[in-house]
Amino acid sequence: MKFRVFAAFAGPSLLLMLCFIAIPLVNVFIQSFYNTQTIFETIEIESCTPGFGTSTCVTETATRPVLGEDGKALERTLFVGWESYTNILKPSQAWNAVKQFSWSGLMAIDFWKALRFTLTFTLISLPLVIGLGLVIALSVNSLAKSIKGQIIFVSLLPFIITPVIGALSIRWLFIGDGILTAMLEWWLQIDIAMFAQAWTIEMMMLFYRVWHVAPFAFVVFYAGLQTVNNDTLESAIIDGASRFERLRYVVIPHLMPLIVFVSLIHLMDSYRVFEEIVGFSSQAHVISLQWLTYDFLVPDESGNRAISRASASSMLTMVGIVILLIPLLRKTWNDHKSRVL
Amino acid sequence: MTIPKALQMSLGLRMTTVGFIVCWCLIAAFPIFWIAVMSFKEPLDSFASNPLSVIFGPSTRASGKGLSIFDIIIGLGVIYLIYRFSINLLPKWIKQLIPANLSVFGWLIGSLAIALGVVIVFGVLVPPVLSFVNGFTGFLGTPLIGFTTEHYQAVWVDNEFYRNFINSLIVTTGVVTISLTVGALAGYGLARSGSNMAFWILIAALIFRALPHSVLVSGYLPVFVNSAEYLRPILGEHAPTFYGQPLAVIMVLVAINQPFTIWMLRSFFQNIPTELDESARVDGCTHFQAFRWVIMPIMWPGVITTGLFSFLLAYNDFLVTSLLLDAQNQTMVPAIAGYFNRETTTTDQVEAVAAAVSITAPLFLLVMVFQRQIVSGLTAGAVKG
Repeated sequence: MKFRVFAAFAGPSLLLMLCFIAIPLVNVFIQSFYNTQTIFETIEIESCTPGFGTSTCVTETATRPVLGEDGKALERTLFVGWESYTNILKPSQAWNAVKQFSWSGLMAIDFWKALRFTLTFTLISLPLVIGLGLVIALSVNSLAKSIKGQIIFVSLLPFIITPVIGALSIRWLFIGDGILTAMLEWWLQIDIAMFAQAWTIEMMMLFYRVWHVAPFAFVVFYAGLQTVNNDTLESAIIDGASRFERLRYVVIPHLMPLIVFVSLIHLMDSYRVFEEIVGFSSQAHVISLQWLTYDFLVPDESGNRAISRASASSMLTMVGIVILLIPLLRKTWNDHKSRVL
Repeated sequence: MTIPKALQMSLGLRMTTVGFIVCWCLIAAFPIFWIAVMSFKEPLDSFASNPLSVIFGPSTRASGKGLSIFDIIIGLGVIYLIYRFSINLLPKWIKQLIPANLSVFGWLIGSLAIALGVVIVFGVLVPPVLSFVNGFTGFLGTPLIGFTTEHYQAVWVDNEFYRNFINSLIVTTGVVTISLTVGALAGYGLARSGSNMAFWILIAALIFRALPHSVLVSGYLPVFVNSAEYLRPILGEHAPTFYGQPLAVIMVLVAINQPFTIWMLRSFFQNIPTELDESARVDGCTHFQAFRWVIMPIMWPGVITTGLFSFLLAYNDFLVTSLLLDAQNQTMVPAIAGYFNRETTTTDQVEAVAAAVSITAPLFLLVMVFQRQIVSGLTAGAVKG
């Protein structure tokens, strides 16, 4: 295929990605160094009230936005350098906390709190998703063919459901004295408030995420299991391998590329954890990196968006993504090089 | 194929496996099933701590809204008839009326028609008949299970949720059509070009796929809000503000979805042997004609699968739509946030549950109709690595 033909086919898609992904990224980078503020002026207001004989006059100073010709408040964009980044990272405060070994001091800063949650959430949910997906796939694979379709149908439901709604549906089971909270209370004989502290909310979020993603892992692994070589399995039996050994030395190595694939997708997706925060309304206790940016972008009471700080926190989030992707990119690059040479 | 004896499982292992699968199916379906039950009850029953009172709904029943044994029998009968119709008659009609290569659209329209029919039958036709008959039937006519559709009425009629539904419909239709058209062209180009550039584009797409959406939105927001000012020198007085425009949101979602779409479509195109396009080219087709008349007709399964995932992305999106559309003019998923933010009364909460069930129902239908395509889509990217 000639280059011109290729360009004609891929052009529209590339143009879209350039306009709506690449350029916005550059824009975010630039924005994070600038800050737009409303211009305020200080004026003296003299107000007089009639009194006995002479009127009493009071002079007060007040700040108010400067209005332009069209009646709107004037704005000014300034280069602020790393200011937005320092506003988010609060390096001196964080360093103080580190020096005093004060974990709670570090967690008082939103960014570090969000980073802590995002990382623990990603790393804890990963083995759970892989493990559960694998066990379901192995179990379903050993069942009779006639009911596999129905099981796959039921399993797909948590995967297909809108993430916010899925999180909400778990929340409604627990909220107040919801049936599951009541059941836990009856079982453990203690009073439980699931939404009063961070760790219970995080447990529910983990439960939701595993429930939501395990079907994906299951379907991928199940497809992989269909291609396991039966001859290899049989020769393993003849060599006296037990069921567990067959799993460990034949099936898992066969599925390894798929396990890597699912892990990568899961790492990318759970690093972006966001819908859980919305669904569980947990912003008072638990926040994630993407929620931090979202929060800056939502207009505050006076209708202003903290674009500059949102951009800075976006850039910081990006750093994490790049670190996450480096091993993958290196592997792809090596594969590509060896194929070309 | 019979399983060799040595591969067969012992009874104990077999029981554990079956038990585990039953547990998993229960856990998978329970939350969804449960919110569906909750949405039909009065607030006091919906959030009761005893599961039995959520199911039977004593206080809903006490307020005179309930299903009698008679209602349940009639209801099940009607459901059975609809089921028989969609299993037996519908496939025949689709076969007769719609050409084979478009049968998927026939199914789509058919299932929409059935969904609409269910709403009409159960919402309009059955209730008056039943309430008339229940007056005579004595014990069989007294309510047994609490049941009320008032929250659905409140959500769809009073709170005008249908407007959010229409917005969702516009956004998803736009996203699916545009991203498939653009993505199919690019996917074909990438699959057939072995150049280094194609490789780099795919790698860039992979990086773009990993980006959190909030990063991109913070790039759009200031530009979209001020677009009228930026564009005024070029377009004059009628320069549009992109913020709040459905078309702008559609383009953003299409772009966010492009990396995934081109990866998936490329892997489907690679399955089609190159000999096909080559023979078409020998017969005198241009590249585009070969693509349009030879490749596309056999690509439908792949296109449909990819379309499903585009649909899911657009339908499920919360972040982009809630930030780029005005609060008064939202799609369904962000609109539901309005319910649980003003969560002052328990009635509001049950209405939120009803809205949530309304959002989930189309997805449920989708899995029923397209289960095979979804599975093939999930495994398409994976198995080839």
